Amino acid sequence: MAEKEIKLMKGNEVIAHAAVRCGCDGYFGYPITPQSEVMETLMELKPWESTGMVVLQAESEISSINMVYGGAATGKMVMTSSSSPGVSLMSEGLSYLAACELPCLVVNCQRGGPGLGTIQPSQGDYFQACKGGGHGDYHLIVLAPASVQEMHDFVELGFELAFRYRIPSMLLADGAIGQMMEKVVLSPQKPRRSDEQIAQQCGSWAACGKGRRAKRNVATSLYLQSDELECLNIRLQEKYREIESREVRYEEFMCDNAEYVLVAFGSSARICSATVEMARAEGIKLGLLRPITLYPFPIKPLQQMVERGVKGFLSVELNAGQMVEDVRLAVEGRALVEHYGRMGGVVFNPESVLEAFKNKLLK
Amino acid sequence: MKETIIIAGFGGQGVLSMGKILAYSGVMQDFEVTWMPSYGPEMRGGTANVTVIISDKRISSPIADSFDTAIILNQQSLDKFESKVKPGGVLIYDTNGITTPPARTDIDIYTIDAATECARLGQAKMFNTMILGGYLKIKPVVEMEYVMQGLKKSLPERAWSLLPQNEAAIKHGAEIIKKVR
Repeated sequence: MAEKEIKLMKGNEVIAHAAVRCGCDGYFGYPITPQSEVMETLMELKPWESTGMVVLQAESEISSINMVYGGAATGKMVMTSSSSPGVSLMSEGLSYLAACELPCLVVNCQRGGPGLGTIQPSQGDYFQACKGGGHGDYHLIVLAPASVQEMHDFVELGFELAFRYRIPSMLLADGAIGQMMEKVVLSPQKPRRSDEQIAQQCGSWAACGKGRRAKRNVATSLYLQSDELECLNIRLQEKYREIESREVRYEEFMCDNAEYVLVAFGSSARICSATVEMARAEGIKLGLLRPITLYPFPIKPLQQMVERGVKGFLSVELNAGQMVEDVRLAVEGRALVEHYGRMGGVVFNPESVLEAFKNKLLK
Repeated sequence: MKETIIIAGFGGQGVLSMGKILAYSGVMQDFEVTWMPSYGPEMRGGTANVTVIISDKRISSPIADSFDTAIILNQQSLDKFESKVKPGGVLIYDTNGITTPPARTDIDIYTIDAATECARLGQAKMFNTMILGGYLKIKPVVEMEYVMQGLKKSLPERAWSLLPQNEAAIKHGAEIIKKVR
């Protein structure tokens, strides 16, 4: 048979392959279960011998995000990956990257928390990813892959959006998607950008050499004059509004005539799609809305569902109820919104989601 | 066609790699597959298990609570998963180390004495492929041609010299699996 690049791979392994293939310039990380395969795979691939991509194990997550900060400031395509406790350590750096309007990609393969928690899958970092984590009024673009193929595709998409808007992108996965193997089609190898190409693309802001420009570029988030800092904030907010109007991504599953809708992302959405099939087999008109971008959140699609008569929503998350707040804000009290979740690394199955749906919404 | 399989035993028995060979075989035959392992502390010396789903359609949930087939390689896993086999499903187990055999009468039960057979042949490393061969005899979800391709894809290149031995083990497994009821 023809040698197509269809592989069976773990989500974490695919992140590494996708990074090399989309022309990433540097990866800086620190090992933590359940995402250690990202750096392990990069070390096996040795991209420094092929594309020239740098792969470096830093001494901590704080160090790795600040290496990303430095690389991003020069216009390079740089990334890191970690899991929940490690991402907490990166929060300060993410706030700085957002303030300096620097593009980068951060992968969070979430595990159970709070604290050191457990290595089992969780979605307990929704608030951290979508509502800050670090200090100040900032957002990241947050993509939630629900398959190994999306783990692959969203690496390039994450970088693309990061550079389009000069904003850090986060790929919010979890231990289940990271550890699971599925079929994946790998993209062809793209060359890394040359220094000239980087200067052309990022020369207006990146510290990539002053050249013949009148002023040098400086990446800083320090503005001691409040009115200057407010100007930055206003610009950031305008950018976030633009992102909210243009970059919402979501997927509907059996929502056309749905009377009730599950809202779930990532691995939960996969589980919920089986719940929807089971409910449909029982004659219950249930659908699934899967936010692909958690920020920007798919507010309008939810509102349109309310307008066409959906009676209730169940936000299904591997946490105590985080995304449900955004669902409630979108629905504005015009339909019933409930939450079902498990915590601490416990994963629900399609049957228990269906039972929760019946108990919470059909009673 | 959709087959949901749990393979469970001790870490080190080749549970995860058996699942990988099966899943890769499915990929080679152009099926959709998912391979969802238990991961973490239980892998190091304790129990290990993996859920493999092979389907001709898009697979919704990679996480399952009931299984068409359970391949069981130790007593702890038997205790844990016997009740999770769907009525009318299949349970295959290696009798080695099993003190309390399965009791259910609403499923098909098979034994395969692969541990004993591998010890007799002096081929301990062929244990998991022998079990796989037994499973594929009962549930030929993937054609043998693609199983052999999946086997090659699953093994690192340095282990390709062991392909003929593994192929022989798969065939031998098909011969030694026995129906209990």
